[in-house]
Amino acid sequence: MGLMEGELEIIRAEVEAVLEKYDLDREKLIPILQGVQVKLGYLPKEAMRQIAEALKVPEVDVYGVGTFYNQFRMNPPGKHQFKVCMGTACHMTGGRIIMESFERRLSISEGETTPDREFSLERVACVGCCALAPVVVVDETVEAKVRPTRVDGILLGFGLERAAPEKTAPDEGIDQGEEGREQ
Amino acid sequence: MSDSALVVEQNYEQLKNLALQKHGEIKEKPYVLVGTATCGRAAGALGVLDTFRNEIDNRQLDVNIIEVGCMGHCYAEPMVIIYKPGFPPLCYGSVDEGKAARLVTDFLIEDDPCFEFAMAALEPNDLFPTFGDYPRGVYEQKVILADCGLIDPENIDDYLACGGYGALAKALAMKPEEVIAEIKDAQLRGRGGAGFPTGIKWETCHDTPGPLKYVICNADEGDPGAFMDRALLESNPHQVLEGLVISACAVGASQGYLYVRAEYPLAITRLHTALEQARAKGLLGESILGSSFSFDIEIFKGSGAFVCGEETALIASIEGHAGIPTHRPPFPAVSGLRGKPTLIDNVKTLSYIPHIVQKGADWFKSIGTPNSPGTAVFALAGKVVGTGLVEVPMGTTLRTLIYDVGDGIKDGKTFKAVQIGGPSGGCLPESALDISIDFDSLREAGAMMGSGGIVVLNEDDCMVEVARFFLEFVQNESCGKCTFCRLGTKQMLDILTDITKGHGRPGDIELLLDLAEDIKTGSLCGLGKTAPNPVLTTINFFRHEYEAHINEGRCPALMCKDLITFHISAEKCSKLCDACVGSCPVEAVYTRPDMLKAIHLDKCVKCDNCLTTCRTLYDAVIKKSPPAAEEGVS
Ligand SMILES: Cc1cc2nc3c(=O)[nH]c(=O)nc-3n(C[C@H](O)[C@H](O)[C@H](O)COP(=O)(O)O)c2cc1C
Ligand code: FES
Repeated sequence: MGLMEGELEIIRAEVEAVLEKYDLDREKLIPILQGVQVKLGYLPKEAMRQIAEALKVPEVDVYGVGTFYNQFRMNPPGKHQFKVCMGTACHMTGGRIIMESFERRLSISEGETTPDREFSLERVACVGCCALAPVVVVDETVEAKVRPTRVDGILLGFGLERAAPEKTAPDEGIDQGEEGREQ
Repeated sequence: MSDSALVVEQNYEQLKNLALQKHGEIKEKPYVLVGTATCGRAAGALGVLDTFRNEIDNRQLDVNIIEVGCMGHCYAEPMVIIYKPGFPPLCYGSVDEGKAARLVTDFLIEDDPCFEFAMAALEPNDLFPTFGDYPRGVYEQKVILADCGLIDPENIDDYLACGGYGALAKALAMKPEEVIAEIKDAQLRGRGGAGFPTGIKWETCHDTPGPLKYVICNADEGDPGAFMDRALLESNPHQVLEGLVISACAVGASQGYLYVRAEYPLAITRLHTALEQARAKGLLGESILGSSFSFDIEIFKGSGAFVCGEETALIASIEGHAGIPTHRPPFPAVSGLRGKPTLIDNVKTLSYIPHIVQKGADWFKSIGTPNSPGTAVFALAGKVVGTGLVEVPMGTTLRTLIYDVGDGIKDGKTFKAVQIGGPSGGCLPESALDISIDFDSLREAGAMMGSGGIVVLNEDDCMVEVARFFLEFVQNESCGKCTFCRLGTKQMLDILTDITKGHGRPGDIELLLDLAEDIKTGSLCGLGKTAPNPVLTTINFFRHEYEAHINEGRCPALMCKDLITFHISAEKCSKLCDACVGSCPVEAVYTRPDMLKAIHLDKCVKCDNCLTTCRTLYDAVIKKSPPAAEEGVS
């Protein structure tokens, strides 16, 4: 994925700021990657190269660690993230159905981001709220006992007008109104 | 008593008295506890908390509001406990903002305790039953969950006032060998899954010479259906910390790590707070409680890899590498983190330590069974009424756990199986319900204690799909080192996927059994060795479901999407209702000329919406397997 203008400078500066907080020691690789992801939302190739240089380890090592762990993203996420739980309890109480509802409404598949980078859809393996399954994590908030109708409600909260079942075609454009997105 | 022991005792008494004094002041006026662990928050606890704050502020009441963890009754979240002098402490479940406002006006201002939405009292009284008056309370015996949901996890004084860190003070005055002897004598077995005797592991680490040793608390809780460790960390973090400090003191470690999975942000926040407070009180850091023992703890945040719960992978992860297990021996207790002797214990295991040090091995052995003493903590989830966290003596039967403690199966459905032990465990049927729960008997039944995740399944759950789900999980999580684990699980997953899609072939079951054996013997770590368990147990107990899929293209539980179709029964459908039409996200449900409803099968995405909507109205939506044609629906 190509970088937009000015992005490279931002990446450089953010990575530099994170590196300053840690000893430049191989053991700090994972915390550094976590720190960079908190700042940038993902691990750009340029960032991994910069980290490899700073820690004096081969770039492939950084890439290897980055891709081994599920938490690290190699592509920029959406501004808002929906993480659908696919743990045992959620799976058995309809997690798959919830995932498909999101996929239908957002016209993207699991693991993807909408073209306007507004929303991304991910799966997680258990967030520890199994008693209230199925569970979706909307940004940082855990939503319990989610039904497909609640998926519509969640999206409506973000100004996504698709819940009206009578008329709207599944792949209609995204309403990007600013109002609903604040909370 | 030696001088240093005296200093430790004096320092501890001072801390405790201060805490008791503060605690006493709080108790003089009414106070409200709101459970704001992750489960409470998911159910809306933060809104309830705000309502209490606003109502109490607006009315200028002299009432304290305290955020606590989880009492284990997750089915009744958000939960609130109100202490008001003159009344027994009362616990309220499923509290929403409206109920919260009423509790303020009716109970805190007036004297009406709103019994209509109270769950139980916490102390025996003449007004209202206690938890002990319900089956769940009768069969539960809380040791490490006892204070969860009752004490403020962000206030160390609450823990100190309940006698917390007393075991540490006691252990500091003992010889390390004496502490280890007590743990050994208690026959405590590791609660992280394998059930290895904790005392023996401690002794090995203690006996390995070396100036530098480490202790690690394994809070990676990777089983995708378990949440005991999360609840313990969020509800009573100091109990774990105390256990970890005692373990360090016993084996002679100077540095500790808490390896917490990244999906638990609240646990990490509360642990950070707890660490700071413990340092400020001299319970961590240089010369703890004035003794010669120095020790500190760092939090290491995981990055989402199930295999990192395995101890050697966990160590690799802390060292900055991909979490790939290595061969044992050498065991970490001999050569672990950075090649130094390293003790790794699970959150629950460590939580028992302060209790055993305080009350002694004999007390611990008086609970549970001879080979598995103590209690077991389970996360009950799935199709059971009383979902949540429970703690029962080892040896309790699965039947008691599900029907008495868990209050039976939800929605009047029929029990089918219980999945125990997560991806390493198995599915046990009705006939296995009288097995008593302990490490050995579960293993004999083909399942595993695992970490303690229990998911109850009912008639609507397809056992082939359950097996496929776990295989998909371990396949994703296999680190790829061992060929059998990497490729064998892929092969099994492909076969299972085919079966659930109706493409199963005769002989598939035998092929699965063969592959299972190969993977078990050909894998290095527990992930691969136990990965086939869910498949083996489901074939063993539910072979007929596999056969129905393979031979008839039929999913008996009506779950596998490719093998079912949705229909509307003309006999049950009402001409006057069109709830199902509105509920359909893809306009597959339509109104026929005769005003009855029907479903366009080519449009239907099988999302269950119409079925759920209609269930309480006319119950006219039905599923058929094998798939049926649109016409000819009765
Ligand atoms: C694939 C795999 C995953 C594991 N996951 C965990 C885990 O999430 N938490 C845990 O405490 N132990 C886990 N273990 C067990 C650990 O390797 C180790 O036995 C345990 O932390 C020791 O602590 P204990 O003696 O207190 O049980 C796992 C083991 C394997 C093979
Ligand atoms: S399985 Fe979804 S929260 Fe645990």
